[in-house]
Amino acid sequence: MIKHSLILLVTGLLLGVVTPGHAGDSLLPEIPTAQARYSDTQGCVEPTAEMRRNHMKYILHQRDETMHRGVRSKQHSLVECINCHVSDAPDAPRVSSEQHFCNSCHSYAAVSIDCFQCHADRPEKTAGTHAMPAVGQSRGENVPVLAIEETIHE
Amino acid sequence: MSDQSNFDQYRRRFLGGSAAAVAGMALVPGVLLHEVGHAKPADKAVSGDVRWGMLIDSNKCAEGCNDCVQACNDEHGLTGFDRPATDAQWIRKATLKDKQTGYTQTLPLLCQHCEKPPCVDVCPTGASFRREDGIVLVDKHICIGCRYCMMACPYKARSFIHETLQDQKPYTPRGKGTVESCTFCVHRVDNDETPACVEACTAENHNAMVFGDLNDPSSKISQQLKQYNSRQIRADLQLNTGVRYRGI
Amino acid sequence: MKQLDFREIDGGKPFYMLVGFIGLFVLAALGAAFYMEHNGHYVTGMSNQIVWGTPHVFAVFLIVAASGALNVASISSVFGKTAYKPLARLSGLLAITLLVGGLAVLVLDLGRPDRLIVAMTYYNFKSIFAWNIMLYTGFMGIVAVYLWMMMERKMNTFTKPAGLAAFVWRLILTTGTGSIFGFLVAREAYDTAVLAPMFIIMSFSFGLAIFILVLMGMYKWSNRPLGDTILYRLKNLLGVFIASVLYFVTVYHLTNLYITENHGVERFILMDGGIYTKLFWIVQVGLGGLLPLALLYLPATGKSRGWIGISCLLVIIGGLAQIYVLLIGGQAYPLELFPGKEVSSSFFDGVVASYTPSLPEVVLGIGGVAIALVATIIGTRVLRFLPVSLADSMVDPHHKAEEAAA
Repeated sequence: MIKHSLILLVTGLLLGVVTPGHAGDSLLPEIPTAQARYSDTQGCVEPTAEMRRNHMKYILHQRDETMHRGVRSKQHSLVECINCHVSDAPDAPRVSSEQHFCNSCHSYAAVSIDCFQCHADRPEKTAGTHAMPAVGQSRGENVPVLAIEETIHE
Repeated sequence: MSDQSNFDQYRRRFLGGSAAAVAGMALVPGVLLHEVGHAKPADKAVSGDVRWGMLIDSNKCAEGCNDCVQACNDEHGLTGFDRPATDAQWIRKATLKDKQTGYTQTLPLLCQHCEKPPCVDVCPTGASFRREDGIVLVDKHICIGCRYCMMACPYKARSFIHETLQDQKPYTPRGKGTVESCTFCVHRVDNDETPACVEACTAENHNAMVFGDLNDPSSKISQQLKQYNSRQIRADLQLNTGVRYRGI
Repeated sequence: MKQLDFREIDGGKPFYMLVGFIGLFVLAALGAAFYMEHNGHYVTGMSNQIVWGTPHVFAVFLIVAASGALNVASISSVFGKTAYKPLARLSGLLAITLLVGGLAVLVLDLGRPDRLIVAMTYYNFKSIFAWNIMLYTGFMGIVAVYLWMMMERKMNTFTKPAGLAAFVWRLILTTGTGSIFGFLVAREAYDTAVLAPMFIIMSFSFGLAIFILVLMGMYKWSNRPLGDTILYRLKNLLGVFIASVLYFVTVYHLTNLYITENHGVERFILMDGGIYTKLFWIVQVGLGGLLPLALLYLPATGKSRGWIGISCLLVIIGGLAQIYVLLIGGQAYPLELFPGKEVSSSFFDGVVASYTPSLPEVVLGIGGVAIALVATIIGTRVLRFLPVSLADSMVDPHHKAEEAAA
C-alpha cells in the first residue's frame, strides 16, 4: 500500500517537472551538437562520459598550465572547446542562452560558470583578423577530424 | 607524444642555432641581425633561458603617430566606452617637454615587465606574477580585483576593467572586475611572433621598437643594447625593467 | 576595586527601532555594493587613476580605529590601570565590530567579491595585503579569546596574557595597515617608513574618540550613570593622542619638505591641491587636531559633556579627512616618471587626476559604520559588555574618600 503510493508520488513529481515552457518538454537538457567529432571512435577530446564528469578538472589544470607555464597544447584548450562546440555564425547563441553548449547543461544543473566573464563564449570571426592558432593549425574554420589528431598530445 | 614532430622541433632548433652562430660571426658590427626564430612546441613550458625585452628608440618616435597603440587595441579587442578615465589602455603615447629647454619628444609607455616587479610583490593572491621568461602577467582566474597592483606600479601600466565585456578576443580573455596590462602579446610570443605594437611599428617602417631575447647575445635587441646607449625609466628604483629606451 | 555588575542593555521596542533604523543604512550599503558589482565600477567615481576611493577611506578609517578601540582594554590589562578595567569589555567588542565594518566595506568593493574564498586560500606572502588578511582575521579571534578570558570568572587569571597578546597583535596589525602605503615606492606621498608608526598613533586617537562617543551614547541610551572621573581621564588621554598625531603629521611633512624630489607632492598637498589642501589644513589639522585639543583642555569647555562629545566628533571627521588626503590625494598627484619634463598622454600622465565621490561609494562607506554600530548594539544586548554603573563612586574607590575629606 505504502509502496504503491510512493510510486504514484514519485511518478507524479516527475511528471510535474514537465511543465509548459520547459526546454523541449523533456526531462534532460537539449545539448547542441559540436561542429566536428574528435575521432571516429571518440566524440570529444576525452571519452564523453569522462568529459561529462570531469571536464572541470581538465579546464582547471589547463588554465594553470597555459597561464603560468605557457603551455598552449590544443588538447584541453578552452579556445578549442569553444571553436568546436559553438558555431561562429553571427547568430550563434551566447552563453546566457540555454542554446549555448555550456549553458544548456549548466543551467539545468544550476551550476554557475565563471569562465565567460573573461573568455569569449563564441569563436572569433576569421575575416580580417589576425589568425592566431597554436602551432600548425588555422583558426576559426571547422576543425576536421584529421587535423585534431595531428595536434601534439600531452 | 609524436616522436616525429618532436624530432622535427629539435632539428629545426639545432639548424637555427647553427645558422645564427655562423651569421653572427660573419657580420660587421652595426649591421642589424635578422632574428632567427626558435619555435617553442606548444606543449613545452617556457623557461628562464629566455628573457623577453623591448628597446624603444624615442628619437624615431614621431609625434602624432599612434600605430603601436592602434595595433594593440585591435589585437586585444580594447574597445573603449568613450570614458577615457576608466577605459583600459595597455600602451599609450606620452609627450615629454623639457621644462628648462623646451625640447619635445614622444614615446610609447607600456608595462615595463620588470625583473623585480612591485605589482607582483603586492598582489595578495599571487595573481600578478612574473613568468619564467620575464613576461609579467595577471592570472585573472585568481585576481580578486583589489587594485593594489595598480597602486604599486611605478609606471601606471595597469588598467582595471570597469564594465561588463562581451566578444573578447579568444587569446586575450579579459573581464569585469579584474586588472590587466600589456602582456607583451604573450600568445604571439609563445607562437614565435613579435608583439602587435612592434609589428605595426616595423611594418610602417618607423622601426622605433625592437623586441627580442635579452638573454641571447646574438639577438637584434641585445646587439643594439650593446651598441647604443639606453636607459630604463625610473632606473633609480632598480627594478631592472625589460623595456628600455633610447633618447631619454 | 569594587565588584562591578555587568548587564545587557534593555530590549523591547526602542531597541528594535534603533537596530532597524541603523539596519536601513546597512541594507542601503548592500544595495550599493550590488549595484557597483553588477554594473562594474564605471558607475563609481573611481578610475584607472584614482583606484581606491571613498569606500577605502572609510574602510581604512574603521580598521585603524578598530585597533585603537582596543587601547582602553590594553591599558587596563597590560598596563595595570585598574580604573579602566570596567571598560575593557566594551573596548574589546568595539574593536571587533569596527574591524568587521571596515572589512565588509573593503570586501564589497572588490572587483570580484565572489572570489573572497580565493583571497583566503591563495597567498602571496611577500604581499603586506596578504599578511593583513591574516592579521585581521587573527585579530578577531584573539580579541574574542581575550573577551572570553575577561567575561568568564574562572578564566580571569588569563586576562593579562590574553591582553598582552591582543596588544602586540594589534600593534603588528596597524603597522601592517600603515605599511600598505608605506611599502609603495611608486608614489611620492607614500614610500616612507613613518606611515607605520603614524597609523599606530592615528589608531590611538580615532579609536579612543569613537570609544568615548559610543560610551557616552550607550550610557545615555540605557540610562546608566557615567561619572566624570572616568570620562575626564579618557578625554585627557584623547588630547595626548591628538597631539601625538599632529606631531607625526608634522614630522612626515617636514621630512618631505627637506627632500627636494618630494617638493612636488608637498606643494600639492600643502598649497596647490585645491580640495586636498583645504581638507588638510582646515579639516585635518584645524577641525580634527587643533580645535579639539583646545576644546578638551580649556577649562571652560573641557569639563562639559557636550563639548567633549563634539571634540570626539571633530576628531573623527578630521581622521576621515586625513585618510582622504593621504589615500586619494596621494593617488591624485601624478607619478614622476620623467623628472624635469612636462608629461602628457591619453592616460592622464603628468596631470593631477580628478575624483568626485559618487553616491554608491559614500553609501557603502557609511554602511560600514552602520554595520559596526548595529553589531555593537546587538552585542551589548545579547551579552554582558556594559557595566551597570560607571558613576564616580563605583569607578574610583578613592574618590568618595577624597570627597569626604574635602
